[in-house]
Order: sequence, then structure tokens, then C-alpha cells
Amino acid sequence: MFFAGLLAVLAGIGLAAARALRGPTTFDRLVAANSIGTGAILLLALLGFASGRPEFLDIGLVYALLNLVGTFAVLKFFRYGALGHEGLEEEEEERA
Amino acid sequence: MLDLVRDVVSWVLIGGGGIFLVIGAIGLNRMPDVFTRMHATSVSDTFGAGLMLVGMMVQGGFSLVTAKLLFLLLFLWFTAPVATHALARAALLAGCKPAVVEESPVDAEVPKGDEQ
Repeated sequence: MFFAGLLAVLAGIGLAAARALRGPTTFDRLVAANSIGTGAILLLALLGFASGRPEFLDIGLVYALLNLVGTFAVLKFFRYGALGHEGLEEEEEERA
Repeated sequence: MLDLVRDVVSWVLIGGGGIFLVIGAIGLNRMPDVFTRMHATSVSDTFGAGLMLVGMMVQGGFSLVTAKLLFLLLFLWFTAPVATHALARAALLAGCKPAVVEESPVDAEVPKGDEQ
């Protein structure tokens, strides 16, 4: 049963990778990357169960954390061109 | 007997999760717009991952593995909407317009004057 799940997850990751390569805007690619990240977590969990070593779940937890932080980092870098940018507050001060 | 029941339940849950995952990925490829594509991936983020993790929980029994799977599930269910919201807001601020159908596609395809 774990191998059937692995096949489904791999098919999902492949389709998302197709969108990531094709996507016209950066946001399309980011949506696809987020989807690939979710697929990677499931892939790790299923692989751990299929090989009888569920310790892989710890790596899955770390991937779940990295997925969220990575998406935010790319979004911020794409908007401001730097990760250490102060964000919207500075712009509002400039406007005032 | 109990093992058989447990295996059948796991098969159904993991298979259903896989179907939802593939449906979400197909939607990611077929939808016309960034926002509709996000809508399609939310299916695989909630139902696909959720059903698969619950199916693995059934296999794990009452142990630390199940606790870790539960944390993974809760984490996915909290972070996926946050990431999608941030993405949608960034896309709107960057000037991506949602694709809007001006007239109903059903009305547009009916040829006029054919009702005799």
C-alpha cells in the first residue's frame, strides 16, 4: 500500500514540476514549489514506512518548517530585492 | 483479523489521498490563472496530505510515530493556508489580475435564431 502511495505522490510531484518549469509568472512557480514541498514531506513519510524505519518522519517535520519559511523568503526577496528589508512600514513613512 | 481491518482501512485512506494528490496536480496544470491554480493545490494540501497521513497513523498504532504524524498533519493544516494567503496577496500586489469571464460561457455557445 505504501508503494501505491509513493507512485501517486511521485506523479503529483512530476505534474507540479511541469507547472514549475512552464509557469508564466514567478507566483505560478512558487505555487508549484509549495506543492512539491508538500509532496516531499509525504514522500519521506511513506518511504520511512515502506522501509520500516519511521525515523524519516523527523526529516519530514523539518521539511514542513523549511517549506513555509522558504516560500516567505522567496516572496520577500522577489518583492524587495533583499531579505533584510524593513517591509511596508518604511514605504508608509515615505508617503507620510 | 484486526490486522486485516487495519490494512484495509489504510489502503482506502492512502489510496484516497493519492487520488486527491493527483487531482490537485492535474488542476495545477489545467487551470488558467495563478489564483485558480492556488485553489486547485489546496485540494492536495488538505485532503491529499491529510488522508495519507491519517492512513499512516492507522498503520503506526498508538505510539510515538502516530504522535509525530499528528504534529505533521496539524503543521500542514496551519501553514498551507498561511503560505497560500501570502502568495495570493503578493500576486495581487504585483499586479496579477484574476481572469474573469465577461459573459456566461453557456450563453456564448448557444447559436441564436435556431429555435424553430
